[in-house]
Amino acid sequence: MNRARGSGTTGPVAEWLASDPTTPPAPMDAAPVISFDNVAYSYGGGALLTDITLDLAPGSFHFLTGPSGAGKTTFLKLCYAALTPTAGDLRLFEQPVTGLDRDGVAHLRRRIGVVHQDCQFLDHLSVAENVALPLTVAGMDGAAARRDLDELLGWVGLGHRRDARPPELSGGERQRAALARAVIVSPDAILADEPTGNVDWDMSQRLLTLLLELNRMGRAVMIATHDLSLIRAAKSQVQARVLRIANRQVQVAGAEL
Amino acid sequence: MTGGVARILRAVRGDAASDRVVPPTGFTVRLTLFTAAAMAFLAVFALALSLAAGRLADRWGDELARGATLRISAPADQMDRQVGAALRVLETTPGVTDVRALSEAEQRELLAPWFGPDLPLDRLPIPQLIAFSETAEGYDPDGLRLRLQAEVPGAVLDDHRRWRRPLVAAATGLRILGWSALALIFGALAAMVTLAANAALAANAQVIAVLRLVGATDDYIAGAFVRRFTLRALCGAAAGAAIGLAAVALMPDTGDAAGVLTGIGFRGWHWLWPLAVPALAALTALLATRAAARRVLGSLA
Repeated sequence: MNRARGSGTTGPVAEWLASDPTTPPAPMDAAPVISFDNVAYSYGGGALLTDITLDLAPGSFHFLTGPSGAGKTTFLKLCYAALTPTAGDLRLFEQPVTGLDRDGVAHLRRRIGVVHQDCQFLDHLSVAENVALPLTVAGMDGAAARRDLDELLGWVGLGHRRDARPPELSGGERQRAALARAVIVSPDAILADEPTGNVDWDMSQRLLTLLLELNRMGRAVMIATHDLSLIRAAKSQVQARVLRIANRQVQVAGAEL
Repeated sequence: MTGGVARILRAVRGDAASDRVVPPTGFTVRLTLFTAAAMAFLAVFALALSLAAGRLADRWGDELARGATLRISAPADQMDRQVGAALRVLETTPGVTDVRALSEAEQRELLAPWFGPDLPLDRLPIPQLIAFSETAEGYDPDGLRLRLQAEVPGAVLDDHRRWRRPLVAAATGLRILGWSALALIFGALAAMVTLAANAALAANAQVIAVLRLVGATDDYIAGAFVRRFTLRALCGAAAGAAIGLAAVALMPDTGDAAGVLTGIGFRGWHWLWPLAVPALAALTALLATRAAARRVLGSLA
């Protein structure tokens, strides 16, 4: 990976841009980033997910697969507290989600980068402003952060589109911008819902490399995807666990993946 | 500084970057500006009415409060004796001071508005008036009436209370009406700002969803809306108050002789009062938008 080294930046993105690729991952026995203990989620009287017991350790890499409508997006929403479990104990960074107020959830979200399938943006802001939004919200939009932003936009191939408005972007550009926004604050966990669905093979590999680098720095990564080639490409580079949602339960997928 | 005040100051101060996260909205801008301007214009008039009514009530109260009149109707040959007796009674009554029989010229001046300046007082059976004031301790009107009845049978005591009370009550009522109108004006402004803020928040549900996704707290999101509406209310109210002040300044002033309607205006330091109207409008908008934002953000959670 061709990363900028010794660029003098001090922001969170500079950390991974300037990091040593051989940086050892965080110890797997550290406290889990996200912990499910017999979690269930029901809506309108029907159970969507049941009996989920799972820990996402710092530095872990997970793929989430399953047929359309199986509950992948619901599972991801539970992971960033957009939904609250109807049963069981769900903890983010060791804090039970059930007792959190909205501000508590907001502060946790600053530690979790999320890439939505539909890539929502603020259409009145430029691409650069959208990507920098987590920094703006966290009050971290200083000079170093702006330099990080430029490097990150260049890395995802949007340097020339920094002043464009989101409606002017193609589907692939929107996904790249969404991924850049999710990682700009170098969060502890990154959750991505089909992040490479609209990009070509080269760009998907580039985005995967970005996620792998963040993972090597100890960030937990979870990618919901149908793209088996992406999973295979990742598994050749990182010890990834593949989860499959079937029959409303999350299972570890077989070795065929 | 208390946490609440610090939070309000932080909400008002804000920063340019966080303000930009909320897209500019067309119709709510014009609605808020116009409403704030109109309400501030009316508030200046209500304020002027209240202050004018207050001045009038104070003046009527001061002028009539301590004055009283003794009217002596007696045959011409007994007039001097009864006036002398009345003066003696008054001068020896506790709580009475400045006792003085009105001169012929003064009585003529009092009657001039009704009968003209050439009234032949010496040929008409005009009662003699004795004016006096009461001290701060006051006097006993019932006791004085009894003494006068015994010693000056032609004397009638008029202590002005029966004139003063309804006038002061009317002026006080007007003053209360003015302050009530002010309260209603700011209440209406709060309602309009709440409506506009609700509309703006509802129109920006997706913006709020994105902001929450990236970790924005309710304070952060509400702050962007609150600052926008507060500034609009401040600007609109400043314009409305300026127009209202100009209109009040241009109203004819008939001086002390004026009644409440022709006396509407500001005197002395009272001209500073209208300067508080834009600040109050901004504070009203701040509180109204903050409450609306809290409610809408709660419902969107």
